[in-house]
Amino acid sequence: MVCGKMIRIELNGRVIKKGRAVGEALKSDEPISFFGCIDKKTGVITEKGHDLEGKSVKGKILVFPNGKGSTVGSYSLYILKKNNVAPRAIINKDCEPIIAVGAIISEIPCVDKVDISKIKNGDRIIINNGKVVVERI
Amino acid sequence: MHLTKEEREMLEGRRGEGVQKAMEILTALGDIYNANKFIPIKSAQVSGVSYKNLGDAGLEFLCEWADKGIKIKTPATLNPSGIDLSNWKDIGFPKKFVDKQLKIIDAFRRMGIRTECTCTPYLILMGNKPNFGDHIAWSESSAVSYANSIIGARTNRESGISALSSAITGLTPEYGYHLDENRKADFVINVKTRLNKISDFGALGYVVGKKIGNNVPFFKGIKNASSDQLKSLCASMAASGAVALYHIEDITPEAKRGIIKRDAQEIVIEDEDIKEGYKALNSTVKEIDLVAIGCPHASLEEIESIANILDGKKVKSALWITTSRGVKEMAEKTSLLKRIEESGGVIVSDTCMVVAPIEELGFKSMATNSGKAAFYVPSHCGLSVRFGSLERCICAAVNGVWEDD
Repeated sequence: MVCGKMIRIELNGRVIKKGRAVGEALKSDEPISFFGCIDKKTGVITEKGHDLEGKSVKGKILVFPNGKGSTVGSYSLYILKKNNVAPRAIINKDCEPIIAVGAIISEIPCVDKVDISKIKNGDRIIINNGKVVVERI
Repeated sequence: MHLTKEEREMLEGRRGEGVQKAMEILTALGDIYNANKFIPIKSAQVSGVSYKNLGDAGLEFLCEWADKGIKIKTPATLNPSGIDLSNWKDIGFPKKFVDKQLKIIDAFRRMGIRTECTCTPYLILMGNKPNFGDHIAWSESSAVSYANSIIGARTNRESGISALSSAITGLTPEYGYHLDENRKADFVINVKTRLNKISDFGALGYVVGKKIGNNVPFFKGIKNASSDQLKSLCASMAASGAVALYHIEDITPEAKRGIIKRDAQEIVIEDEDIKEGYKALNSTVKEIDLVAIGCPHASLEEIESIANILDGKKVKSALWITTSRGVKEMAEKTSLLKRIEESGGVIVSDTCMVVAPIEELGFKSMATNSGKAAFYVPSHCGLSVRFGSLERCICAAVNGVWEDD
């Protein structure tokens, strides 16, 4: 749907952690591990060769296919939140337990089963539980 | 997920914040794995205990839950911690690590969890031993496999947090290994070689785990196996693969007609495969700083075997036998502890060579008869490892060097 110059797309997903959030999309096409692959003080992704290497997840709507790595990653997400550098919300293609548990204990809205191919870096995203609105200028 | 009225109230927060958080976690997991409902559990076993694995993130999280007054409802025990809880000073664990570790243990204790820190809670009197058919929520990978395969209880491979959530609510989502259809074998493993030692079972587990990942195998051709050999198989197959359940013809309780899937593939294991397993788990290191036996935690029988092999001889390298507090107490009563200590060995409880900070204790090389420890220690602790029979390991402890065939 096109409103003036702005593109607006509505997507639906499954609620993993309910909540509302508005922010800018930071998108990766690769799985993300919050354990050992992200700086807990800055939220910058440190995994060598990752498509988000050097980018900070702080305050972003983090969009990626699924989690990977150690189950300790759930706690790592929690520590990002404590350090005020966590993403504002998470959108996954298929959420797996590490991300799901991490989002729940950290109170980060999380939704999956979303067609993330429709989302681009820099899009404005509005999440309301299972509803995801994508706005692009 | 279909929730009962009571479960919905738990999720909505009417049974307190801790129950609510735990229900949110379990409901999300149930949704992810397409569970239809919750089922009650008889026991929980919580991993993610060592400070080495949890770090400050895990420590803070657990302390916050304990501070909130969150309590468990279903009996639960803990996985090994990073230190011997009573004997850490003598063994020389770094004070900074000890302080953090004790805080973690205290957080679990305040939540009502028994602080027996062991991966073999089924081996100790008054421990944590489920019965055939019990639904449980366990998270230590070798204990999960032992409970499923050898006891016939039912658990998925839980994470530390999901097992803790199950302990808090008394519930687990019904999916995976809780259901009959998922307990059938995907592979038939035809073992055409004789397995004699605990380490042979470790090598077998390493090889099979690599081949089949997280599937369920059905073993043929294993004539007999002791409980210690079976727990070694559990551990290495869960480490190199992610096997949570296996069956052995004429040995394990569910290895009956109809347990093998019709389209199960066959894999043949011969002498060569076992040799390859040994080779893959061995470095070429000669000098041995530490001989570590007890992954999974040693039984009383294993400690007795070690005392018999030592037969009064003194060790040159450090010798650790890692076990549960319960088994250590039995060893003390039966004078086995005295015999081990007279040879210069130490019975270390509440921890193990994988989750203790052994690299900070000055050890550079290790020998073990555990396939799981040989698999994890090189990458997780950075030591060079030798893997072989119990006899060879004890011989290395006495001589301080590893001797090849």
